[in-house]
Amino acid sequence: MEGNMRLSLKVWRQSNTDAAGGFEDYKLDNVSPDMSFLEMFDVLNEQLIEEGKEPVAFDHDCREGICGMCSMYINGRPHGPLRGVTTCQLHMRSFKDGDTIVVEPWRAQAFPVIKDLVVDRDAFDRVISAGGFVSVNTGNAQDANSLPIAKEAADDAFAAAACIGCGACVAACKNASAMLFVSAKISQLALLPQGQAERSIRAEKMVAQMDAEGFGACTNTGACSAECPKEISLENIARMNREYIGAKFSSSAV
Amino acid sequence: MSWFSQTLTSSIGKKLLMALTGLFLISFLVIHATINAMIFYNDGGETFSHWGHFMGTNPIIRTLEIGLVAGFLIHIIDGLMLWKSNRDARPVKYAVNNAAANSTWYSRSMGLLGTLLLIFLVIHTSHFWIPNRSNQFATGEELNLYQMMLETFQNPVVVLIYVLGCVSLFWHLLHGFKSAFQSLGLNHVKYNGAISFVGTAFSIIVPILFALMPISIYLGWVK
Repeated sequence: MEGNMRLSLKVWRQSNTDAAGGFEDYKLDNVSPDMSFLEMFDVLNEQLIEEGKEPVAFDHDCREGICGMCSMYINGRPHGPLRGVTTCQLHMRSFKDGDTIVVEPWRAQAFPVIKDLVVDRDAFDRVISAGGFVSVNTGNAQDANSLPIAKEAADDAFAAAACIGCGACVAACKNASAMLFVSAKISQLALLPQGQAERSIRAEKMVAQMDAEGFGACTNTGACSAECPKEISLENIARMNREYIGAKFSSSAV
Repeated sequence: MSWFSQTLTSSIGKKLLMALTGLFLISFLVIHATINAMIFYNDGGETFSHWGHFMGTNPIIRTLEIGLVAGFLIHIIDGLMLWKSNRDARPVKYAVNNAAANSTWYSRSMGLLGTLLLIFLVIHTSHFWIPNRSNQFATGEELNLYQMMLETFQNPVVVLIYVLGCVSLFWHLLHGFKSAFQSLGLNHVKYNGAISFVGTAFSIIVPILFALMPISIYLGWVK
């Protein structure tokens, strides 16, 4: 079709966690600029299946930018060249006819490659399990307005809660640090009255788990926030530092 | 491990130590630059030597100097430990990495800049601080630091090393000053502008002031 693009792809292929991986070159001749990046991969995979080859494994689910499943390190940036979007919302019009696109999985000690572009992000789940929740007795939900919450606190908590846990922050960080993710999860609860009961133990346990998973420390380069599809603010990392240091020096947990 | 050492060896605790020692070393730079700038009186080193003598002999300053050495050591050792653990966090590197799209090169190069500064520090202390303190220890007498400066900075290679040290200091401070506040959790809309302004101004003024010292002596402006 007129206006369609020819693209060269260099895609990381790795059959399992322990296998050595490498780049494979692919050519696509008829890519619509209106396709999403993942749809372009669907086309590639159909082509590979027709050729009797193994399709490229990649993570995806909602394809509307809210589930946090898609990943892909595209031309040296997580989720590709645009700011504030996930790979599923990146469209081929962001590339030019004749481009070569290099696609790699997230690279981090804590995110081992499962296959091709799919990485194991269970480390995030274990950090959440360590304290990223509120313990409440079940029963009828309270009236929505029974707890007064300042507008600013509600806004900041909401902005932190926008984190979809995709791991782009870890992928972008030169230290593969998970501080933006963990700080968003600590912040969304620390800012609200419901989060107060477990506030210090949460900060202590989530940071301890983050360290145990082998994520790096923070150099405050700001790469995480710049690449975050939900544009989570660095203020959350400062808040986590306050929460953690404050908890460590004042909590009753010895 | 006690809660205290657990805290200081955690990822956030290591950054807390880097920030506290970094700001302490910044406060040292203020004193160091101010006293050394006395050479610009161009009075044959009279004012400089007066304050140099005070700094070298005052018991409170000498006690604080132990803290200064400790501050340097903690900042260096902690920095190396962070460099190691941060490197281990990504064993397989990216084939293509466009880091320039999301961060500044100098914020990503604090370890490299710090290493250059460490090399400079070894050269610099072996020029002045170590011989002077060894002589004080051995004979109880201070060396004539002003005369030593005039002699040391006749060598253009030494002057170049000092200027390069100041360039490394500029980039290290440009990120480090602001980064320290973020690590301490001090990120607030009311103060961020001031921190950024003071940080940038400090990073420019102090290295230029330091660099002017060997240059002025080499060019004979200060005698």
